[in-house]
Amino acid sequence: MEKVEAFAELKKNKTAMAGLLLIALLVLLAIIGPSISPHNPLTPDPIHRLQGPSWRHPFGTDSLGRDILSRVIHGSRISIIIGLIAVSISLVPGTILGLLAGFYGRRVDEPIMRFMDIMLAFPAILLAIFITAILGPSLLNTMIAVGIVYIPHYARIVRSTVLSLKEQLFIQAVKALGGSNLRVIALHIFPNTIPPIIVYATLGMGTAVLQAAALGFLGLGAQPPTPEWGAMLSEGRQYIQIAPHVAAFPGMAIFTLVLGFNLFGDGLRDILDPSLR
Amino acid sequence: MKVSLLEIKNLKTYFFTRKGVVKAVDGVDLKIAEGETVGLVGESGCGKTVTALSIMRLIPEPMGRIVEGKILFNGIDLVRASEKEMQKIRGNRISMVFQEPMTSLNPVFKVGLQIAEAIELHQGVSAKEAWERAIEMLRMVGIPSPESRVNDYPHQMSGGMRQRVMIAMALSCHPRLMIADEPTTALDVTIQAQILDLIQRLKEQVRSSILLITHNLGVVAEVAQHVGVMYAGHIVEYGDVISLFRNPKHPYTLGLFQSIPQKRRTKKRDRLRVIPGTVPDLLGLPMGCKFQDRCSHAFKKCREESPQLIEIEHDHQVRCWLYG
Repeated sequence: MEKVEAFAELKKNKTAMAGLLLIALLVLLAIIGPSISPHNPLTPDPIHRLQGPSWRHPFGTDSLGRDILSRVIHGSRISIIIGLIAVSISLVPGTILGLLAGFYGRRVDEPIMRFMDIMLAFPAILLAIFITAILGPSLLNTMIAVGIVYIPHYARIVRSTVLSLKEQLFIQAVKALGGSNLRVIALHIFPNTIPPIIVYATLGMGTAVLQAAALGFLGLGAQPPTPEWGAMLSEGRQYIQIAPHVAAFPGMAIFTLVLGFNLFGDGLRDILDPSLR
Repeated sequence: MKVSLLEIKNLKTYFFTRKGVVKAVDGVDLKIAEGETVGLVGESGCGKTVTALSIMRLIPEPMGRIVEGKILFNGIDLVRASEKEMQKIRGNRISMVFQEPMTSLNPVFKVGLQIAEAIELHQGVSAKEAWERAIEMLRMVGIPSPESRVNDYPHQMSGGMRQRVMIAMALSCHPRLMIADEPTTALDVTIQAQILDLIQRLKEQVRSSILLITHNLGVVAEVAQHVGVMYAGHIVEYGDVISLFRNPKHPYTLGLFQSIPQKRRTKKRDRLRVIPGTVPDLLGLPMGCKFQDRCSHAFKKCREESPQLIEIEHDHQVRCWLYG
């Protein structure tokens, strides 16, 4: 019954639905795109390099004459996978650390949260660059780096939720029924932290895509000739004056995906956050 | 005198805060016999709930701690029991019903699941059987059509219903002792009577003892056999319900009785009498009797020495220098 109600509310929320639509479109593109893309995204065609949009190449061609539309379509799959993997990498450890820190307090809380504070003290992109520099530039390492950078955010959100939940009477009631600490955390506190995590993870998808694109732009992420949007943007930068479309289309693709996740995340927050009801 | 099921001896539970030590419970003695209902009365912040939580060993650590005393339950000292042992006792031998039925159930689970959890934890039965027993418990606490109500989420129930669910949870393992911490305070008056009736009836059925914490003297008179009146961490008067209600001795108890609105005061100038002052700050308690500042009978000795509980008649004790 609960689920039906939540879904009905989701349908009423125009922001969330707009976001969902954008995400759905791009996910669809990622799934079926590669089989409908007009050209091979990796085949160079030096004679037709840096051509503007035309019937043959709706998004034009890049410096090596590759079809930008095909590259953007292939890139959607990469970006969505980056988002999913990077968010999972930050979500799982972040949630566990937050649960432990919040529930046990003091001796467990202090070391965990102070370490998180240290991580937060670095600018996100700098830390990500640092991690990729250690691991070496590649697509997988980009996801790991972006994932690690956002662990403290999840840990903080979960911890603060746990702190307020811990004082709730029903937690005391479970203890009064003889529930062990592990049981209280896993069965009673954790399910109550899911709504804020979902909201943050959705918003986090957008941030992760953006961060990965930034790393790609700096040459630390996906290596050529992978059609990753950030890397494409970086490539197009050199020709911005003579062929602006090379940078514009991947930029718009990033914009659309991030906007989709942000709108959907905001909408979800309106639905799931009980304090806003 | 029946065998006592629970015996609290000189219990002291303190909270160590930044501002100083709060002596929330400062030397409480209490006995509860098999099958008996004992009422614990007193105003907010006098240590009633902390006493209850001490029995359950659910004092929020490390802020609070039981610093002294014994809580003997069936011969086991709960103060010294390990956390493992306590987990076996909680919900199984001793259970608790909380004041706020609106927040004492987990909002994300069906109520049936929460009752079944208690049964599964202690009785070692299958999930399916626990679920059947949960339905049975709901029927027992008088929830109509329990087969469908068992699937309700807490927000789909009213306050009275939720309190029934809490009672079902508390009694699901047939505990020897049920602690009811102001079970009716958050409910409206008609529901209060129903819940009290229910507790009374089920107590007979399950044959458990009850420690009823309340600030309502009427409730105590209705259901309890013994009453303890608490003030600032002490029990100031203790006795069987009849002699204490007929013959209250401690100035604080007297004050409590006088501040109950009565029907026969019809003339306008007969205003409701109140106890002057407020509960003392537990951080800076005065020397001597804790009630001295609000007591109209206070004399020199009250300010110098703490009174002890003294027996003034059979089964009736009072902590006051007026009788020493």
